[in-house]
Amino acid sequence: MKNIKWITFALVVMLALVLAACGGAKEEATPAPAATEAPAAAATEAPAATEAPSQPAEEMACDDPLGCISVAAGDPIRIGYALVVSGPNETLGVDSRRGIEIAIDDKGEVLGHPIELVGEDALCSAEGGQAAATKLASDPTLIGVIGTNCSSAGEPASAILSDAGTVLVSPSNTAPSLTDPETHQAGYLRTAHNDKVQGKAVAEYAYNELGARTAATIHDGSPYAEQLQQVFADVFTELGGEIVAQEAVNAGDTDMRPVLTSIAVHKPDFLYYPIFIAEGGFITAQAKEVSGLEDTILAGSDGMISPDFVAAAGDAAEGMYISGPNLAFESELGKHFLEAHQAKYGEDPLSAFHAHAYDGANMLFAAVEKVAVQDADGNIYIGRQALRDALFATAGMEGITGTITCDEYGDCADPQIVINQIQNGEYVPVWPK
Amino acid sequence: MTQEKKPTWKDAIQLGVIGGVLVLFVSLVGMVQAFDGRYIISETLTLGQLLLFLPPLIVGYISATRTDAQHRVSGILFGSVSGLVTGAILAALLLLGSAINLRAMFINASPELMDILMFGQETLAVATAVLVIGGALLSVLGAVIRLSPPLIRSAILSGVSAVIIMGIMQELLKITFGGRDWYMPIDDFLYEQKGLSWMGVVVTFLLGVAISLWRARSASRPKKTVVKTRSRERQRYVQIGSFVLGAILLLILPQFLGPYPSEILNTVGIYVIMGIGLNIVVGYAGLLDLGYVAFFAIGAYVVGVLTTTGSLATVMWSWWLALPFAVLVSLLAGVILGIPVLKMRGDYLAIVTLGFGEIIRVVALSNWLKPYIGGAQGILQVPKPQIGDFVFKDPEQIFYLVAIGIGIVAFVAFRLRDARVGRAWKALREDEDVAEAMGINLVNTKLLAFATGAAFAGLSGAIFATKLGSIFPHSFNLIVSINVLSLIIVGGIGSIPGVLVGAFMLVGLPELLREFADYRMLMYGALLVVMMLVKPEGFIPEKTHKAELTDRGDVDFDSEIEPIAPAITEI
Amino acid sequence: MLRNLLKKYDTTDLVMYLIGAVLAALVIYGSYQTLSSGKYSGEVWLDFIIFGLAQGSIYALIALGYTLVYGILFMINFAHGEVFMSGTFTAYFLAIYLDSTGFWNQHPIISILLALVVAVAVSTTIAVVLERIAYRPLRGAPRLVPLITAIGASFFLQYTFRGLYGSGVKTYPDVDALKGSWNIFGIEILKTQAVVIVASVILMVALRFYVQKTKAGRAMRAVAEDKEAAALMGIDVDRVIVNTFALGGASAAAAGIMYALIFKQVNAFMGFIPGIKAFTAAVLGGIGNLPGAMLGGLFLGVVESLGPSLVLDGLGIPAPYQLKDAIAFLMLVLVLIFRPSGIMGENLSEKKA
Repeated sequence: MKNIKWITFALVVMLALVLAACGGAKEEATPAPAATEAPAAAATEAPAATEAPSQPAEEMACDDPLGCISVAAGDPIRIGYALVVSGPNETLGVDSRRGIEIAIDDKGEVLGHPIELVGEDALCSAEGGQAAATKLASDPTLIGVIGTNCSSAGEPASAILSDAGTVLVSPSNTAPSLTDPETHQAGYLRTAHNDKVQGKAVAEYAYNELGARTAATIHDGSPYAEQLQQVFADVFTELGGEIVAQEAVNAGDTDMRPVLTSIAVHKPDFLYYPIFIAEGGFITAQAKEVSGLEDTILAGSDGMISPDFVAAAGDAAEGMYISGPNLAFESELGKHFLEAHQAKYGEDPLSAFHAHAYDGANMLFAAVEKVAVQDADGNIYIGRQALRDALFATAGMEGITGTITCDEYGDCADPQIVINQIQNGEYVPVWPK
Repeated sequence: MTQEKKPTWKDAIQLGVIGGVLVLFVSLVGMVQAFDGRYIISETLTLGQLLLFLPPLIVGYISATRTDAQHRVSGILFGSVSGLVTGAILAALLLLGSAINLRAMFINASPELMDILMFGQETLAVATAVLVIGGALLSVLGAVIRLSPPLIRSAILSGVSAVIIMGIMQELLKITFGGRDWYMPIDDFLYEQKGLSWMGVVVTFLLGVAISLWRARSASRPKKTVVKTRSRERQRYVQIGSFVLGAILLLILPQFLGPYPSEILNTVGIYVIMGIGLNIVVGYAGLLDLGYVAFFAIGAYVVGVLTTTGSLATVMWSWWLALPFAVLVSLLAGVILGIPVLKMRGDYLAIVTLGFGEIIRVVALSNWLKPYIGGAQGILQVPKPQIGDFVFKDPEQIFYLVAIGIGIVAFVAFRLRDARVGRAWKALREDEDVAEAMGINLVNTKLLAFATGAAFAGLSGAIFATKLGSIFPHSFNLIVSINVLSLIIVGGIGSIPGVLVGAFMLVGLPELLREFADYRMLMYGALLVVMMLVKPEGFIPEKTHKAELTDRGDVDFDSEIEPIAPAITEI
Repeated sequence: MLRNLLKKYDTTDLVMYLIGAVLAALVIYGSYQTLSSGKYSGEVWLDFIIFGLAQGSIYALIALGYTLVYGILFMINFAHGEVFMSGTFTAYFLAIYLDSTGFWNQHPIISILLALVVAVAVSTTIAVVLERIAYRPLRGAPRLVPLITAIGASFFLQYTFRGLYGSGVKTYPDVDALKGSWNIFGIEILKTQAVVIVASVILMVALRFYVQKTKAGRAMRAVAEDKEAAALMGIDVDRVIVNTFALGGASAAAAGIMYALIFKQVNAFMGFIPGIKAFTAAVLGGIGNLPGAMLGGLFLGVVESLGPSLVLDGLGIPAPYQLKDAIAFLMLVLVLIFRPSGIMGENLSEKKA
């Protein structure tokens, strides 16, 4: 009998949730008519209204095919992030977010408007990317989104945000499919390296410069590492080398000795494991303890560029090679960034993609400055298509990760891959000379 | 009993210390600083400050709870002592943080945090005094609220909650209704740029008060006993009626809400389908399954493989054609898992199912099956279902798919529960040996439970796959199993409406809290603990379970006698 | 004869054994293939086993605390991994402080003991507070309810410590005295691994002694047997349970310090996977059975280390180490099919001293 009570209760709860969701509508207490007028005006078409009470009549004609974003004088320019800031991969996202935050601090304001960062946890999964992107896409005041970290999240997110007429600039997606001419989404760009570029560079360096003829790879099951080692293996084989083992570990593993032992049997010249700090640290530290790998050259990629990695791997990291963008720790911008980071967050960068995020955010600001139309009162209008075009036209921009130039499918990273060697705990660029 | 005990100084100080630990916690975990820019009331109160203010308030409130109505003054006095201690502890943090660099250990003890704790004061001494006295004042306020007449008390609490909730909801409301003409005036009225306007505060507070008064009035009315006298048939009509009402509501919902809330509802819905399925396994049949995600993954992957038009394309069926296969394969997987665990009980069953879930995930991720299911790169380009020209593309349209899925699954679950097999499950749950003695075929009954549950999860996975448009093995980790299990227990084990409520609580709420990014899981964990402490039987307990719980009184010694079986018998 | 045999086992048993036999056959076939291919030398196999034993000792160390709580309360303490993490993570700060003063490597034993004290203090406090807040109020509730609070507490603790200490990778300082390896009976074994294996044996013996021989241990077993009766016999049940949690916390901290010595890295999420592995090890060995937990842990470690190379390699599966969890869980199923209550049988309370 209580069932009825409970069912009604459930309904009331649901109703309450709905009402709560429409919040303000409560006063009228007439949610029904609202439902009828619902031909959900695609958020993109409607020129976004600003909430300033003294809103000036929108005189400025917007002839942008995707609509315009208007920012009233004094209101902040809002950018979004969709990064992984919780769960086992959170260092990636927190790291990138800090890059954006420092970029905002450095920039100060754009055309006299302060910059506001709003964001969503996109997790490192497709469903997280979808939810975060859906939410950010429904906010018509955002000029663009920085994200996502993981390519799995990037797949749905790039489609949703592109459909909504906004842009997504990723600091760390590396999957080739995202900028493949066939599957590229119109609003998607990235400052991270396409796996194809980086994997190739490492393979060439290993074969040509280091003279390695046999190589083994390890990935950690992340799409990033899996793809990167595969590209490496393919190119290395093409060059005439032999891949003796392609192994994998799981994120969260700590004891890598068994897998290293099974690889050591083949005595490879070169061991490439483009994974992240924690597991990369374990492999590096433990490789020295496994007999058979004493003479093997160790190498990783940009997922392990961090002072934390050197600490985690200890002495064993000495002499290993790490590929990545030219972070050029001695460059002014890079140095400034590290200082700002230490001051603001009290620790060193957590991962490698803070620089890409920093550059991505600056790319967005530069594009806004280029296309925004400002009226006499200080209100600005940004055409969405124009912004997009400006972003894709980015060329020769100096960033921490090098000179940024975007191609028509959104690959913006400096094609120049640098191989660093860890010497005395520092990343020292050794190639190209 | 404890309420009658006179409070002592020790109690008051103890409470104060607990409050102090709370304020230290929110400060050092970084919440105060992270939410410092998040205004509840425009230019006046941030969420970060609120987090600092709440502990002393609550401490004062609880302190006063321990006195009875005769000792108001002493209640307030004790409250103030508690608040004083709380404030002093926070002040200690400020002094310590200013003197030495706590950041070597506590990463969030940053200069910004210290700045916030200064509350705009120039000197440390003044700021310390402000913290201590402020703490005391706040808990006196808490005590006063507690000691005021119940009607006023609940009105105030309700009003304050309303203000806080509306303050937090600003962004969400704007995102949901920002494009609608009717919403903008409301927004202008209630909110400033950031946070509630003063008008908004007054209006929402009054609204909260009104709700509280209305509830008090309706509660004071003599309860009608109509419910009890209703005939079974009428009950049934009411049931059907409310479901029809609910169905209509659900149909217009996505159009009204727009994409983002619809997206949340879809995610909730996918978990509801899984929850109803797991409810059969755990709630009806009493078999603890920690690897339920396996079937979800299987459903998703079957759909992915059969429909994808990407690089792994095979037959490129439509979603509708692939759906029955997804359900069927999941069902078979359920049976296959079911056989080896038939004789296992309790925690052995739990760990083996957990293992099964992990096996499916790592195999999906492996290089071994990469040529067929994509390995770490996943399956891309899973098409959307289509009927004629109508494509289920956006969240608003996927919603109908989810709603229909829930409808079917809930219907089947209801029917099964009342059918012969449902009673067999129940018998199984209560006592496996007795059930067997009564002539129930354990093998068939158990396998049927596993198979039904698995099939539901397969359906859920199929919808999930098309909703996302791409499938990655990382979507299928242990957390999903844990989440589904948690939501059916929070909702009330064995109860289908409970699954709905549980899913809203544990899936919907964290989605709404997405903007709290880093602290989402922290809140989720706390929420799980608190909900279980407040309502151990779940929000909407099933009748028999509830009866069991109340019959046995507080302490249930029986469950501990048999070491392996309890997980089964006591669910 | 055959008919009698068949009568004893019903169809389900037969099907189960059939599945078991198929699994076992696969394992044997895979092993045979690998061994006959001669890919790995005898030395390598020995390495695999030693690495597995060391990893297994860590599992065993955690599983001991796990199974203790488990044996008394029959409760899956999902948050045990976080108890393990909290102490180790906190002691890290002492370790780097000692390292920065040079004390760490001058007096390694004192330093490690100091770190242990800190870790034990933190872990024990967390375990006891957890029991007080999240479990005690629910003692009469159905068993799944405390399971959920344990899960909630697990998340809560993970993210609390992540908030407190940050999410970066933290690395314990090296202990110079434990670098390199010893040669024991011709077997090359890393010092850290030897220490961990020995420590886990000592801890197991100590816990078993405590539970079996001391008065407090007898009280624990009495409570495990029957709370009501124990209460009637004048045992303070609450107190005994708190003791159990404290002991579990302390042993988790000890495991944590060992973990830090061998793996160095600590972070807020380091406890979750070992926690689950420890749970598996505890079940594998037999619930509530201390030597069982030890054995279960070692077995799990060895299977994870050896299994992929031995079995999967032979079956021609690429990148076998990715599937080490799969093979570990398959072995678990196999064991439980033939020994439904774990390798050693179950329950602390059944073992009469």
